[in-house]
Amino acid sequence: MLAAMWELYKVAWQGAGWEWPVRPDDTSMPHVWSIVDALFEPARRGGDDLYGVILVRAAFATFREAVVGFLLGTVLGLALALLFLKSGLLRRGLMPYVVVSQTIPLIAIAPMVVIWVRGNGWPAWIGVAAISAYLTFFPVTVNLLRGLTSPSATSLELMRSYAATHTQVLMKLRLPASLPYLFTALKIGATASVVGALVGELPAGLQDGLGRALLNGAQYFITRPEQLYAAVLVAAALGLLFAGLVGLIERIVIPHRPHGAEAS
Amino acid sequence: MTDPGFVAPRSRFSRPQGDRTRSWGGNRATRLVPPLLVAVGVLALWELTITVFQIQEFLLPKPSTIVSTLFAELGVILRAAAFTLRSVLGGLLLGAGAGFLVALTTSRFSYVTEASVPLAAAINSTPIVALAPIANQWFGITDPLSKIFVVAVIVFFPVMINVTKGLISVEPSQLELLRSYAASPRQVVFKARLPNALPYLFNGLKVAASLSVIAAVVAEYFGGPREALGVYISQQAALFHFAEAWAAIVVASAIGLALFGFVTLAERLVMLVMPWQVAFREGE
Amino acid sequence: MIVVDIRSVDKTFNAGRTGEVTALTGIDLAIEPGEFVTLLGPSGCGKSTLLRLIGDLAAPTSGTVAVNGKPPGRARRDRDYGMVFQAPTLFDWRTVIRNVVLPLELAGRSRSEAQAKALEMLELVGLREFAGHHPWQLSGGMQQRVAIARALTFEPALLLMDEPLGALDEMTREKLQGELLRIWSETGTTVVFVTHSISEAVFLSNRVVVMSARPGRIVGIVPVELPYPRDINTREAPAYFAKVTEVRELLRGSEVASR
Repeated sequence: MLAAMWELYKVAWQGAGWEWPVRPDDTSMPHVWSIVDALFEPARRGGDDLYGVILVRAAFATFREAVVGFLLGTVLGLALALLFLKSGLLRRGLMPYVVVSQTIPLIAIAPMVVIWVRGNGWPAWIGVAAISAYLTFFPVTVNLLRGLTSPSATSLELMRSYAATHTQVLMKLRLPASLPYLFTALKIGATASVVGALVGELPAGLQDGLGRALLNGAQYFITRPEQLYAAVLVAAALGLLFAGLVGLIERIVIPHRPHGAEAS
Repeated sequence: MTDPGFVAPRSRFSRPQGDRTRSWGGNRATRLVPPLLVAVGVLALWELTITVFQIQEFLLPKPSTIVSTLFAELGVILRAAAFTLRSVLGGLLLGAGAGFLVALTTSRFSYVTEASVPLAAAINSTPIVALAPIANQWFGITDPLSKIFVVAVIVFFPVMINVTKGLISVEPSQLELLRSYAASPRQVVFKARLPNALPYLFNGLKVAASLSVIAAVVAEYFGGPREALGVYISQQAALFHFAEAWAAIVVASAIGLALFGFVTLAERLVMLVMPWQVAFREGE
Repeated sequence: MIVVDIRSVDKTFNAGRTGEVTALTGIDLAIEPGEFVTLLGPSGCGKSTLLRLIGDLAAPTSGTVAVNGKPPGRARRDRDYGMVFQAPTLFDWRTVIRNVVLPLELAGRSRSEAQAKALEMLELVGLREFAGHHPWQLSGGMQQRVAIARALTFEPALLLMDEPLGALDEMTREKLQGELLRIWSETGTTVVFVTHSISEAVFLSNRVVVMSARPGRIVGIVPVELPYPRDINTREAPAYFAKVTEVRELLRGSEVASR
């Protein structure tokens, strides 16, 4: 459907002779089929690999960084949420910063982190993963904590009437109740990890990864505009697939229920 | 009995939620003091550790160094910030405005809404910022329009999704009431749906405010005019001038916080005129 | 042995501070094994508070509460009672049988033993075929029945019920009242039941403890000599109406008195 709208725009704008907001010529807006074609041609004249293959390999590299960061961030978020659950004092002290950290464009330090990591002699992808972890832990902490504190007063009293220990309340009531909230956060984190990975790859020097592919595509835009678009599409697909994967896991873990308020 | 997991029995004074009674209450002091202590503590620790251990002021310069660098480079950074701010505000207006209008139109017909929200959520789960190089090609790397475009697209979706949710989540009984008064569709929108959607709108705007600065800065990482915060940061970082980069980040954060603050302020003002229940669920 | 022994109990919230509320004063109550006792009264009379004192979900400001001869805390840890709240409070992420198994799980019973017991209880409330369903697939009345099954898994000596049928429509409520009496007669448990419905109180119990507010206190205890088993015919018997009137008068009299 998007492709149809794309072509429609081109035809309509060309017919009318408009140039705003985007010029409909083939350089600025290649035809959809030429973008698809580009995937199946070699990246450079005389080169060996099909561009599509290069992109997929790059996607894998980015994905690897994103996943590592995602898992790290999730673990960190989990730990923080449990910590905040235990200690109201810590929560009052640190939570505002956890919240504020979302406003601060700490993704802005992405280039610095990567350069520093490389300067220290470590493989650059660790720096990239660290950025993804940073972007993931925030939604996980906030949402998980909300989920952990979501059980009603009556449920808590019920557990008390069974003389349940704190651990039992945590494992059998709070954690299961928090799963829907957790998965909301994980879906956000999945996208954020991909974005973090892409941005982390931007500083010059990272050979693999979609970030480089995007920069290359931009560089060679004049001669081969389709490559940039193809790269962007692959990046979008990566984000979508990762989030979809998390959604799939959610379907398996949480019994599917029709929309409605919770019974307790 | 002072079991902390226990909630006081139902009386006029108890709240219905679980142990959220723990995080409410306490006076102003208990709520403000811990964060302030943390801020002071962290800054002090930061400064001391680097000074005492004579750690190379590499990735993490001392707070004092950052502050002094900020003042030294104030002119450059502020000019860059001005450019970025223009992109941020432009993108916010465009994206949030479009999001609001689209939500308004699609919410009229439920079958459109049922398709549009998942679609918006799906697109929102892609790395939208990857559009930045394309925007650069379309509008020109140094043209603020290329950054405004990216910010607008990024901001569009949270606002649209939130406002849609707000518009369609009106209680059926309220709608039926208006129907019994033979209210026209426009009246229904103005008297029931929009007021109901206001808290959701502000939620979306808060998300948008925090995202917009990040979006602008990151979009500039993909290329932009020399006097733009994102470009400045990545260039300084590449030169290992981390203090300068941090100083610019501080300014960027300040802009983000200020925007967030404006939205919150606006929300408070609107609430004075139209008070609504504080207990609404947060959007994505 | 007296199952529930309450002597000179007072309960004050926020004592000495702003918002001080005297929920209960001078409560004396003794409940024998096998009784079905109802705490009846208007909102604010402290009936729910009293129930929670018995269940160790709150502590008296003064006076003593003994359950099975023990302090309520120990009775709770010994799992001497089961409790049913107004909301079914079932866990959405567990199937019906896993919900019923919960207390046994918490007590560390073996899987097989717990399963068997849970099925037995579901049989008792007539919901055995729904063992594999999820709570949201059941009606409100069925969910409450599951909650009752869950409360009975330890075959406790005491069953505490806090307006469990309040959220149901009248038809379901009457049907469940019948069910409740059947379960009570089959298990022989002692039941302490809180309600604000006079007809419900009279229909179910052998003694009605009438309470009044401001301050919360017992105004009178009305024995209900109608024979068990009780059913539809009981609801239409003149003796039933007479009893309901008697209780209502007592309530009204106390209301006048406390103004």
